[in-house]
Amino acid sequence: MTSPSLTAITRATLAKDLRLEWRSKDAINSMLFFALLVVVIFAFAFDPTAEESRRIAGGLIWTALLFATVVALNQTWARELRNNVLDAYRVSPAPANAMFISKAFANFIFVAVLQFLMAPLFVVFYSLRSVGPVWQLVVIGLLANWALVVNGTFFAAMSIRTRNREIMLPLILFPISIPALLAMVEATTQVLTGDSSPRFWIQLLAVYDVVFTVVCLALFETVLNAE
Amino acid sequence: MIKFMWAAYIATWLIHIGYLLYLTVRAKRIRQEAEDLKR
Amino acid sequence: MKNAFVVFALATLALLSYGLYMALVVAPTEATMGDVQRIFYYHVPNAWAAFLCFAINAVASIWYLLKRGLKSDAIALASAEVGVVFCTIVLITGPIWAKPVWGIWWTWDARLTSTLVLWLIYVAYLMLRRFSSSGRAPVLAAVLAVFGFFDVPFVYLSIRIFRTQHPQPVMGGGENSGLDPVMAHAFLWNLVAFTFYALLVIWMRYRLQIAEQAVEEAHAERALGERA
Repeated sequence: MTSPSLTAITRATLAKDLRLEWRSKDAINSMLFFALLVVVIFAFAFDPTAEESRRIAGGLIWTALLFATVVALNQTWARELRNNVLDAYRVSPAPANAMFISKAFANFIFVAVLQFLMAPLFVVFYSLRSVGPVWQLVVIGLLANWALVVNGTFFAAMSIRTRNREIMLPLILFPISIPALLAMVEATTQVLTGDSSPRFWIQLLAVYDVVFTVVCLALFETVLNAE
Repeated sequence: MIKFMWAAYIATWLIHIGYLLYLTVRAKRIRQEAEDLKR
Repeated sequence: MKNAFVVFALATLALLSYGLYMALVVAPTEATMGDVQRIFYYHVPNAWAAFLCFAINAVASIWYLLKRGLKSDAIALASAEVGVVFCTIVLITGPIWAKPVWGIWWTWDARLTSTLVLWLIYVAYLMLRRFSSSGRAPVLAAVLAVFGFFDVPFVYLSIRIFRTQHPQPVMGGGENSGLDPVMAHAFLWNLVAFTFYALLVIWMRYRLQIAEQAVEEAHAERALGERA
């Protein structure tokens, strides 16, 4: 039996995950509602003026999205674990990375949808008006999304068989993500306030994305076979 | 002011010695377990 | 081996005692900060020792992933744990130094913040080890250590630039701002002393881990034997 190609499997697994999600909308609904709750609570906690909003919105947006992303990440592998898919995958000739890439892409799409839905909410709740160009916010959004999702999908795979898997994921993800979090918040704030160019932070995010995508791809098989 | 200097030095050694004690307790326990296994 | 250990331990004790004497008695009192500045002779050497421990962990983790030897895993765990101990001391002596000098306990200063992030990464490492099944723990932890290794330059760079864009008081009054030669002497002796001490404690923790690995294996063999 010939070994199936990486792209073929990735596409197939991704299509399956997206189809399952579209039918149940489990992940999207819980993520969206959770992010909404966080936004509302922050509004009560901070109650900012319009000027203050521009300065703290970056931090608020990314904190809300970070928590919502963790909600999605935690269920990434749950279905596979329930149905023994991971064990089956280990003995199949299919390349391990196909599974990882498809999961990461699926999460990327979920978080992107979330960003798209939440952006108008933030504009409304915090009377936000960006001083800098909005396209830069889109670029930051995409880079930041991948930064969280690539490591998040990987660490979710690492934590599924730990004793307290739900809390273990953020425990190991957050410290490693701190440079990316700092970058996404700073870049967003700089664009919103128009104070300075976010170029350095965008470059940092891009390099972070590249480096950790490579590391994840290099080590996923190791984690899959760890027993 | 100098209290802070003593606080730092004492804190350092409290933690270091605390860890050494922790290691000693665990070493004793594992030695006991090894003895039990041999029997 | 036992002999070498005792010799090393005695040498370490001598170095630490001499370092303490240099720090508290020989080194001159600093002009602006006064005696509080002497915390520097402990704060910075403990930081270097922590970084050394984490560097050892990175090497041991990569070696473990390549060769899967129990010894390299034991070194990885030992150096991570000892590193966290030293790192904790840095994070405690830092604020104790900052309070009398700046009036505040914490400044999110670049060096102290980077140390905090490193501490967080390695505490997460230790928790991952504790909560994974004993079969998977070494591999998962080693993988996390590799992530940590690649993360360190990002941590350092991002926090440095963040602080450059939002300046704040710096711990320790800026890198070695004209260090008096006697002070440099006291600093170096403590640096050497704590390096020795770190290696000594890693050695102790390593031996403990090897002993525990052996007992665990004996338990497993016994369980198999009983069933057969």
